Amino acid sequence: MKFTTFLSGAAILAASATASFAEGEVVGFAQIGSESGWRAAETTLTRNQAEERGYQLQFSDAQQRQENQIAAIRSFIAQGVDAILLAPVVATGWDSVLEEAQEAEIPVVLLDRQVDSADELYLTAVGSNLVHEGEVAGEWLVGEVGDRDCRIVELQGTTGSSPAIDRKTGFENAIQGHDNLEIVRSQTGDFTRAQGKEVMESFLQAENGGADICALYAHNDDMAVGAIQAIKEAGLAPGEDILIVSIDGVPDIFQAMADGEANATVELTPNMAGPAFDALEAYWADGTAPEKFIQTESKLYTQVDDPAGEYEARKDLGY
Amino acid sequence: MVLSIRSLTKSFPGTRALDAVDFDLAAGEVHALLGENGAGKSTLIKCLTGAYRRDGGEMVLDGQHIDPRSTVEAQDLGIGTVYQEVNLLPNLTVAQNLIFGREPRRFGLIDAATTRRAAREMLARYGLKIDVDRDLGSYSVAIQQIIAIARAVALSGKVLILDEPTASLDAREVEMVFDVVRGLRADGLGIVFVSHFLDQVFDLSDRVTVLRNGRKIVTAATADLSRVALIEHMLGRELEDEVETQSAEEPDADRPAFLRFEGYGRSGVVAPFDLGIAQGEVVGLAGLLGSGRTETAEMIFGVRPAQTGSARDMDGPLKLSSPAAAIAEGFGFAPEDRKTDGIVADLSIRENIILALQARRGWARPIGRAEQNRLAEDYIRRLDIRTTSREKPVGELSGGNQQKVVLARWLAMNPRFLILDEPTRGIDVGAHAEILRLIHELTEAGMAVMVISSEIDELVAVADRVIVLRDRSHVAELTGPRVTGDEIMRAIASEATDRRGQVPA
Amino acid sequence: MSLLGRIAPQLIALAALVALVSFFFPGFLSISYHDGRLVGPVIDVLKRGAPVALLAIGMTLVIATRGIDLSVGTVMAICGAVAASAIAGGLGVGPALLLALGAGALAGLWNGVLVAVVGIQPFVATLILMTMGRGIAQLITEGRILTFTDAGFAFFGSGMMLGLPVPAWMWLIAGLGTALLMRLSALGLLIEAIGINRRASALSGVNATVLLIAVYVASGLCAALAGIVVTADIRGADANNAGLWLELDAILAVVIGGNSLLGGRFSVTASLLGAMIIQTIDTGVLLAGFPPEYNLVIKAGLVLIILVLQSPRIAAEWRVWRETQRAPPPDRTRTEGGA
Repeated sequence: MKFTTFLSGAAILAASATASFAEGEVVGFAQIGSESGWRAAETTLTRNQAEERGYQLQFSDAQQRQENQIAAIRSFIAQGVDAILLAPVVATGWDSVLEEAQEAEIPVVLLDRQVDSADELYLTAVGSNLVHEGEVAGEWLVGEVGDRDCRIVELQGTTGSSPAIDRKTGFENAIQGHDNLEIVRSQTGDFTRAQGKEVMESFLQAENGGADICALYAHNDDMAVGAIQAIKEAGLAPGEDILIVSIDGVPDIFQAMADGEANATVELTPNMAGPAFDALEAYWADGTAPEKFIQTESKLYTQVDDPAGEYEARKDLGY
Repeated sequence: MVLSIRSLTKSFPGTRALDAVDFDLAAGEVHALLGENGAGKSTLIKCLTGAYRRDGGEMVLDGQHIDPRSTVEAQDLGIGTVYQEVNLLPNLTVAQNLIFGREPRRFGLIDAATTRRAAREMLARYGLKIDVDRDLGSYSVAIQQIIAIARAVALSGKVLILDEPTASLDAREVEMVFDVVRGLRADGLGIVFVSHFLDQVFDLSDRVTVLRNGRKIVTAATADLSRVALIEHMLGRELEDEVETQSAEEPDADRPAFLRFEGYGRSGVVAPFDLGIAQGEVVGLAGLLGSGRTETAEMIFGVRPAQTGSARDMDGPLKLSSPAAAIAEGFGFAPEDRKTDGIVADLSIRENIILALQARRGWARPIGRAEQNRLAEDYIRRLDIRTTSREKPVGELSGGNQQKVVLARWLAMNPRFLILDEPTRGIDVGAHAEILRLIHELTEAGMAVMVISSEIDELVAVADRVIVLRDRSHVAELTGPRVTGDEIMRAIASEATDRRGQVPA
Repeated sequence: MSLLGRIAPQLIALAALVALVSFFFPGFLSISYHDGRLVGPVIDVLKRGAPVALLAIGMTLVIATRGIDLSVGTVMAICGAVAASAIAGGLGVGPALLLALGAGALAGLWNGVLVAVVGIQPFVATLILMTMGRGIAQLITEGRILTFTDAGFAFFGSGMMLGLPVPAWMWLIAGLGTALLMRLSALGLLIEAIGINRRASALSGVNATVLLIAVYVASGLCAALAGIVVTADIRGADANNAGLWLELDAILAVVIGGNSLLGGRFSVTASLLGAMIIQTIDTGVLLAGFPPEYNLVIKAGLVLIILVLQSPRIAAEWRVWRETQRAPPPDRTRTEGGA
């Protein structure tokens, strides 16, 4: 069904190709799917950005399958779009289709994930620096606790995944040299709310009912939200008895910050399209080649940054 | 002697299954092993094939003391076994079954051409020319049985144990298998033959050993034994009559039918027939395998319900759309294949006996445990079910006792009409006579019984009236003095002459 | 066999595990009481084990009929999504619970009809819902974590009753109720009968079709309860992750409970102990503070040891070994009790 609408869309486009050039640029977006709220927000923001700039966005949902993404890109090439955004589902296997795009002189921008292909095959990649995110979170905690001793518990992401490894590394880099900060327990919460809660319960049990815990660092907000419930149920005040810092910036964590139950989050912005479009506009105008990696800002939000307002701004993005 | 067993002993909790049993087997003989259920035949064979470890005694094969720990080890030693149920893989081809486990390989791959050739050569020895590339399951049980024998002989080669190999075969198929066995005897193989069919024992075996209650009673040349003597050895008691005499009283033909089937049939299964059954009457169904005997029973019992005609009793029409419906009308059905259709093997004797009763009462009204125990003990005693406990899983009982449990299940329902499909197949002489006696008792009490049997003598002994079927229709009805072996044979045979050479399905 | 004799291996395994965990985390058995509630790792086990324990109840019945229900994890996600959207839509706790249970029953009915009426193999029939169902849950939640704040509904995840967490009460009551229902009515016998020999049972008048459908519906209802617990626990329906892989833990619980995957004899109580064994391992691993890379290895290793020690073959070998060790050969009159 999706494919047929796609084809008919292509036919219309082909018929009005000259007109569309006059109207505005046509950009194809090969999205992975909608497996998480963050990705849904990325899709929404990409659509919004395209609309603001007067582009025509061709959207394809690959439902987690690389072959669907490759098919979508080939079809974008056949349509002769002006640029392609690709959020690659896996890192390998992109060489030939990227070469096809290059032969058709269509610039490809990678969003939020990298590929293993040679970097001349794509224009640039937009993404966040996962290690940096961990560093921002760690630096905030270092500043917050000052000279106090602080025993930290850590909720890791899915064991072995690159966000889990990098966010852990970044955080550890930031607290290195501050001997008053120490990670005393670290377990995986699988990036899920339920696991975050369950593992936090065991941390509380193991650490004297939570009395010995000064701060929680969670690799994503969902686990932090689960952990906040566990802390509340143990009779402690999250945000006060135990400091909470996490990463992603999903709406629910802003809600928690507005309620005083979380302290800080580092945003992984879903607005990858903005910087991508900026780079594309420069390229279209005079062929300016951007850097091969455009790092998005890892912005820190705390309770003083109007979390209630941030929540309102985000809650309809599809998170 | 190729095989010599001395003082073999094996105990189980509560019973001594084998008590110092001696058994010899010469090369080139067929040695029949006989005994009632529970006599120790199966235990002896299981010790021999490594399924059980013996407690005491010795086994000598070709001068070597042996102590097999598994059937595979026994096979490697030279002892092969063929069971009543074909123990092969029906969805593999004949060739694959024959060669399974020792496939010829070329470049590490199974060499199909060589496999096929080897299989054909193996079967040629048995005079069997069949397509070895077809699935085993597409051949008749008799041919499967011969293939099982061929495989066992090829794997082992010294001793072949045939454990009731003919129980699911008809007469012609039995003859086919026996020809093969005789050939193997001529080749010098030692063959142990376990069977309940005395005719077959006299037909095939050179010597007989009788076991009873775990002890060896006698070993003798078959020719020196009379049938009565053999049965006496097996039962250890004077048999009043080997087979019960023909129910002497003349059934009057006008006895009112209390069940009446009219135009009852199902297309492609059983042609429409009319049948009335009187209270206390035994109706026998005779015919070759595939003639529609079992199909008639299953249709009446609602397993595959009738599409045409009507069934009624004196009060009105009967609803026989499913087994549960038929049971509600007071019907019972003990099917031919006890293992797959009759017993629930892992459940206890008690649970098997109350199963139908419980199903009729519904799940919400359980039969109290005391009542269950009473019913179970009652039928264990009445039907003389040999067991150490009513809580023993039925699967561990011998065939005759399993059959008695199935009968008990129906008797507990107190049905008005009981269908027995091959009630004595695969069970020993003693239980055989008991079951026929039981049928007699039930009809005395007013129950109507339908007996399906391929043993004509059995029908003659038990039935007041015999319906003969062929080609899925009822072709003859014999009553009163016409219920004789000759008459039944003639009615069946009229078909056989028509369609000579055609293998019954 | 007496109940105690039946569940002895599971009790022994559980006791050994508790001892092992206590070695690495000495406070494992400590329970304190404050604010009207019991607190301690054991209480956490009772609470956290609730989803798998609930699933194991239904799974035991399905497996007893020689079936399997792979869809329960997905059904949890669907029922959680239904409940959360009902709560978020302002329907109130009662209707939300009823809708979730209704969704579970419907899912079970679907499985049951495919198995009992259409005649598809249980593995395949339930695989259909397992793969398809998560999409249904995502449609209901629109792909995000559907959160709610209703304290009444959250009670089923994190509430307390008489000092114990509500999820613990839920599986204890559901499990005890099912076990009693099975043994006080004839259901247990009839289910075992169709599991061992469906045809023979049907010929004895047992309505195998209806019973089969009923056990799948029961499994669906258990999955609904489990879905309610996890949804209420995190105050949100996470369609992507709720119940993910839990069908495998439930099957494992049934197997650790000594129930045969080939159907027949079953013990709900033993399956529940199996679920507690699994949860004790999970919680023990978390408390012991090993690096997370070892979690699954430790769990797999312990489960393997338990299953090996329980296997009938090992038990038989052990008996043989013990008898050969006895210096004078055993007397004719057998005296030793069962192992």
